Order: sequence, then C-alpha cells, then structure tokens
Amino acid sequence: MQTIYTDVLVIGAGLAGERAAIEAAQAGNSTICLSIVPARRSHSSAAQGGMQAALGNSCMGDGDCPDVHFEDTVKGSDWGCDQEVARLFADRAPIEMRQLAHWGVPWNRVVPGKSNYFKGGQQFEKEEREDKAGLITSRAFGGTAKRRTCYVSDGTGHAVLFTVDNVCAQKGVEVHDKTEAIALIHDGETCFGAIARSLRTGELFAYIAKATMVASGGFGRIYPNTTNAVICDGSAHTAVLETGVVPMGNMEAVQFHPTGIVPTDILVTEGCRGDGGTLLDVNEERFMHKYEPEKAELASRDVVSRWMTHHMREGFGVKSAYGEHLWLDIRHLGEKHITGKLREVYEICTSFLGIDPIHQLIPVRPTQHYSMGGIRTDKDGAAYGLKGLFSAGEASCWDMHGFNRLGGNSLAETVVAGGIVGRKIVEYVEGTEVLFNSRIIDETAAAQKERIDSLVSGRNGKENVYKVRADMQNALHKGANIFRTEEGLQECVDSLQKVLERARTVGLRTNGIGANPELAAALKIEGQVKLALMIAYGALQRTESRGSHNREDYPARNDRDWLVRTLAYWKNTDDMLPTLEYEPATKTVEIPPGDRGYGKMAVISADDSEGKEG
Amino acid sequence: MSRLLKFNIFRYNPQDEASVPHMDEFVLEETDAMTLFIALNRIREEQDASLQFDFCCRAGICGACGMVINGRPGLACHTKTRDLPGEITLLPLPVFKLVGDLSVDTGTWFREMYNKTESWIHTNKVFDENALEERMDNDVAESIYELDRCIECGCCVSACGTARIREDFMGAVALNRIGRFLIDPRDQRTERDYYEIIGNDMGIFGCMGLLACEDVCPKHLPLQNQLGFLRRKMGITAIKTLFKG
Repeated sequence: MQTIYTDVLVIGAGLAGERAAIEAAQAGNSTICLSIVPARRSHSSAAQGGMQAALGNSCMGDGDCPDVHFEDTVKGSDWGCDQEVARLFADRAPIEMRQLAHWGVPWNRVVPGKSNYFKGGQQFEKEEREDKAGLITSRAFGGTAKRRTCYVSDGTGHAVLFTVDNVCAQKGVEVHDKTEAIALIHDGETCFGAIARSLRTGELFAYIAKATMVASGGFGRIYPNTTNAVICDGSAHTAVLETGVVPMGNMEAVQFHPTGIVPTDILVTEGCRGDGGTLLDVNEERFMHKYEPEKAELASRDVVSRWMTHHMREGFGVKSAYGEHLWLDIRHLGEKHITGKLREVYEICTSFLGIDPIHQLIPVRPTQHYSMGGIRTDKDGAAYGLKGLFSAGEASCWDMHGFNRLGGNSLAETVVAGGIVGRKIVEYVEGTEVLFNSRIIDETAAAQKERIDSLVSGRNGKENVYKVRADMQNALHKGANIFRTEEGLQECVDSLQKVLERARTVGLRTNGIGANPELAAALKIEGQVKLALMIAYGALQRTESRGSHNREDYPARNDRDWLVRTLAYWKNTDDMLPTLEYEPATKTVEIPPGDRGYGKMAVISADDSEGKEG
Repeated sequence: MSRLLKFNIFRYNPQDEASVPHMDEFVLEETDAMTLFIALNRIREEQDASLQFDFCCRAGICGACGMVINGRPGLACHTKTRDLPGEITLLPLPVFKLVGDLSVDTGTWFREMYNKTESWIHTNKVFDENALEERMDNDVAESIYELDRCIECGCCVSACGTARIREDFMGAVALNRIGRFLIDPRDQRTERDYYEIIGNDMGIFGCMGLLACEDVCPKHLPLQNQLGFLRRKMGITAIKTLFKG
C-alpha cells in the first residue's frame, strides 16, 4: 500500500473543500483534495439559484445589511442555529462574494433603469439606481426580507465551482479524483488522515496529514427520492461516525425542497418562485397565499413543503402514475426570461420531462434536498471529539441552519465557511506538532483490507447490498418524512435495526477486482444504515416540532425543553442504536426565540414554568 | 406492450487479468420515461453488479456520464430510451483513458488542460476586502457565462477528428476556455499571450473544421462561432507578429 503525506488533506472537492484548500495552499501547505468524481462534477455544481449575501445593490435589496441577513437566517432556522456562527456567516458573506468576483465569477450585475418583475403571478415595476450600475445584483429567495441572492443565471454553483477549481489549479492544490475515503486514521484523540480506495484501480492508499477536513456534502441518497447527486451518499460520514468519538449534530433536521420534479426528483430552483413562479393545485388554482398570506410561495422551504403536503392530503393533489404532485407555473415569466435566467430549468423540463415550461405546467412535489445535520464542529470548523479533524459545508453541522436552512444560504455557506475554516486549519497546522504512529496507520489499513476480504469472500453472509440499501431507503421514506409521528418513527427505528443486522451480512456477488462498484456500495452500507438510525431515533426522541422536523403528535415548538441540539454518537461499532446527547442550541443569544412571521405554529415558551416533559 | 430493449455494452476490466475486451448483451423491459441512467442502474442492480459506468448529478449538469450511444457521444443521463431503437450499443468515450467498461478517466485529461491553458484569471491586482467589487457590464457578465457553461463532459473531444488522430490536440473545450478568458476584462493576458498557447497546430490551427464538437455538445455551446472567432483573432495576431519581426 502506498502512503502519501500532505500537510492538509481535504475529503471532498466541492466548494467548501476547495475554498478551504485554497487558504491552506496559499499559506504554503501541501494540500490534497480527495474526490469521488473530478472536482468540477461535485454536487456544488448543481446548485442553480445563488448565494445569499447582504450587498444591497439591487433596488429590491436596498437597505439590506448583515444584521437583516442574520435575522432572516435565525428565523429560518426556527431558532435552532448557533447564533454566533450565523453572525460570523452573515458578516463575512459580502466580502466572500467580492473575492469570488475578483477570481473570475461572472456574477449577474445591476442594470440601471425600469423593468418589470412578477410576484404571486402579478406584474410590478421596479427601477434600478444609476449609481449601482455594474455592481453584483441579487434575486428573491424564500424566507428573506430583502432580495439578497447573488446569482449567475441559474448556474451559480457551476460558475463558482469552475472559478474556485481554476484557482486551486493555479495555487497547486492537488485533486486526487476517483478516490474515496473509507476510514479515518486516528487514536481516539487525534486524527492523522484517512485510508482511501482508488476508484480507478481498487488499490488502497494511506493519506497521512497534519489536518484532515471532511467536506463531502450531504447524504440525501440514503432516502429513495432525493434531489441529491448519486455521490451524496454519506460515505465520508460513515468513516467519521465509525470513530465512535465524533458526534453528528441534529441529524433529524432534514430539508424537503418544494420543487423536485416528478418522476425523476431533479430539482428545479427556488429561483422559479423567487422570479414570480406560482404553485397550483389539481384545479390549477394558487393555494399558498391562503395558508401564508404574506410570503405565499416564498415562505421558507419547510413551511412551503409542509403546506404542499397538507394540500395534497386535503385532496387537491394531481394524480399520476408516480404518485400525487402539484404544479409549478412559470409560463407568465415569458420565453426570454425562461430561456435566459432560468435556462437550466428549461433544459431539465424539456430533456427529462418532455415538457415545455413556456407553455406547460411543471409537475413538482416536496423531495429530500438538504441535510442540516452533519459532523458537529465548533465555530472554527473543528470537529468535536478528535483534534486535527475539521469539517465545513453541508457535510458539517457548523451550525448556521438549525432546523431549516434558507435557499441561497448553503451555497454561500460553502465558500464563507470554507474560507473561515481554511484559515483556522492554517493556524492549527502552524501551531501544532503532530506525531505519526506507524502502528496506528498499519492497523487501520489492515482492518480495511480485512473488511474488503470479508465482503469479497462472503464470510459474513451473502446478503445483496442493493436490496439492503433499498430497504433502508424505504424505511426512512415511510417513517422520517415531512410529517412524523411516534408510531411511524418507532416502526422506522425497528425496521432500520433489522436492516442493520442484514447490512452486517452483506457479501459480494462479483469478484471485487479493480474499481468494482458493488464493493464501493458494500463498504458503506452498514454506516449508511447507522446514519439512517441517527435520523430516525433523533426524530423519535425530539418531542416537539421545529423547522423541518414536524411531529404531528407534538405540533408546538417547545423552547422550554427543546432549545437544544442533538448530538448522536455511534459509540461501539456493534451497537444497535446511536447514543444521544444534547447541548444548548446557542450560547450567544442576539435574537431570543419568537415568531418567524410565516408558518404559524404554537410555541411553548422557555419561560413556561411547567417541568420538562417525558 | 412495452419494448424489450437489447443493450450491447463494451466490457473490459483492465485490473482483472482474466478480463478481455468484449461486448456483453443485456435485455431489459422498457418502462415509462426510462433514461440510460435508469436502465444502466437496473442492469447493475439486477443483472451484473460488476458493470462500471459513471453518473453523478443525473440531471445533465455535471458532465460525468459521457459515453458513445449508438455511435454518437452524448450524456447518458438525459438520453431517453424512447428516442432510441430497440437495440442500444454503448461504448466508453474514446481519447480518454479507460477505467473499466463504460467508465473513463476525464479528470486527468482536464487537469492537464487547465495547466496548458492556464485556466484562471491572470491579474496583478490584489484583492482588497474593504473595497467594492469592480463594476462590470451585465452583458459582458452574461457573455462570459455563455462560454463558462461548458460542463467538461468530454463529448466534443471524443467526437473530434483531429483529437482522434493526434493526441496533443487541445480540442474545442480548451479553445473555448481560452475564448472565455479572452473576453473577460479581468484577465490581463494580451492576444499575444493567448497566441503563445493556441496559435499552433496543437491549438486553433490544428482544427480541421469538421465541427462535430458543436453537433454533440450537450450544452449547445456556440463552438463553431468560437473556433471561427479565435482563428480570425489568432490569424491577425500572427500577421502582426510577422510584421513586427
């Protein structure tokens, strides 16, 4: 086995990982990113809509500032976020957008003069200011008081990732693509790097590093219907949870995006609604304004998804061979707008649905989209439990999103957190002496070889990995979806425990030689079921509703008992359930819990003197 | 009655000494709205778990799934089986190194391309955290993005007559990249600098003008116009250089 030394190892080469890698490389550190796919295919590239940053250049964003952005973010999180982190983020975001402009991102710019825009199907007029001409402009997204989302047509993630990867090439950041981390090297106190499997040859490599960062994105693929790319399967998370000492934060907080298309679950951007698109029911009538008089289609994603599901339950869904759905209507925006600023949407509709959105309605329904939960870190991006381990972006629970993240806040988080955490990694690497113990490296490598041998030889059993995976996905879909109950979650936990037992007896049907895809799937399946159990069990224990976590049996947000973040550990590899601990959601309180202004629900106040329930 | 689709798929695992290049046949019942993404995953999960292919976003955005579909390079994820005949032949993209079956190594090829074209903004300006961003006309931003839409799937290179006969030809993707920086006011490189990179047979003067690149580009980039524009621009630069001696 080949051993590769680097000062900084980044698992993942999407925006968060590469942005941090640039900081590390600029400071003179050798830096390697591992990636399952070539860097530019990372899922950051699929983010269409944009990045929230309070630049306040467009007339509809006039008067915007980081304070307003911070407030929107905290409300959006339903007070589940760490307010110190949300503050760091909101303050830094405008600078980061300008940094990206300097590096080459072709942001859309302010065009002075009068123009029309749509809101709720109605046409209005606005006038952009002459003195702002040519500055970075913004579009509307849900849950925001101002137009704040900076964008590049509807290919923002793509354009920014290409730019950031260009800078990586310029600064000498190495990207080892088609390489998948399968285990962390650690002694229970410090992380020393990772064992990785080449997806070209199947060989194992030991990457030894002073600092290791996990920036591998989300894990939506543990659900059956998700907007996420096929690589977003949580494989790096399985390596982290297997350490037994690093917790996952708020795994029960799962975002369902209102507009996944039916049947392929591909996302069409929130920009459709931001630009004036509306949601229609089976009678082709708007309904969101009845539930949310003020924000209507532009309430936060958790609220819109909830009302859409509610509306379908009331009998207003459109029946189809792929289940019920609703309609997204962008026809009134016109051909120029749809084939220009919403071109990706146009291409997705025509290529995958055979629908022309200029003249036809788009079938949509809420679909798993984003994992607010992830590797719990402090505000510097340092993971709990292991020194030398960092995380940022969707992979992490940093935690600026709490129980619901706003559209445009995650893409912005990737670069803002990537920059902040990257600089903290540089400080760590400069101020720390790391002693590498070859015995630990060898033992970890041997354990991974052993794991592979067991799967190839079938000595633990002959269970089919794809069947186990499908059963895990279906259990989560059934029990840990938009609306949750004790009964449903308990059943979900029970079935997942059975699936976990089967996952431990998976054996290959093929020979496992080379870049064998069955082996790649089998290596992560047990860890994926553990992630699924963290979601279901965390949701079962959390007896309140907050943001995307909706308990029909506990409909109120309970600030008295549940203003806390769940920390889920998998302490011993043979355990059948995660160990849950809790910590206060935030130490700093700039904005005390209150009304979000949309998605009205009952609140049990922190001042309520009743004792903690069950 | 739905069709029974017959897939002929190239098979070879270079890591397996027992493997020799050959074609395998799989039969699958067509379902509604079936794409090659759905079909290939079903074949892997139900018939042969060792089948190698690459998908990532499965939404035509990331460029991972380029392959030769009935003789034509394209993205598998947005190819609908209903647009194809009942017999479907799938081959890996040529030019790129084979990983196995339908999977090729595009990453290494493209990293080399970034280095050859120095695919980044060249500027002596230093970023100032406290300053407003430099202004840019929105039309300029949009025309840069138009060329930045390339997803590096490799289809244009695989379909290129020149790239197939000479390994060092940069291909439409690299030439388009130069075109993108050439119109970006932030990049301080001169036409002479770009000429150094593409003003030769490996670059713009190697293009035979067959233009399959534009025909197969899944993002419909204006490659024909780009190549014409660059050829004219570099031709003029060459003449200017000649007269300056």
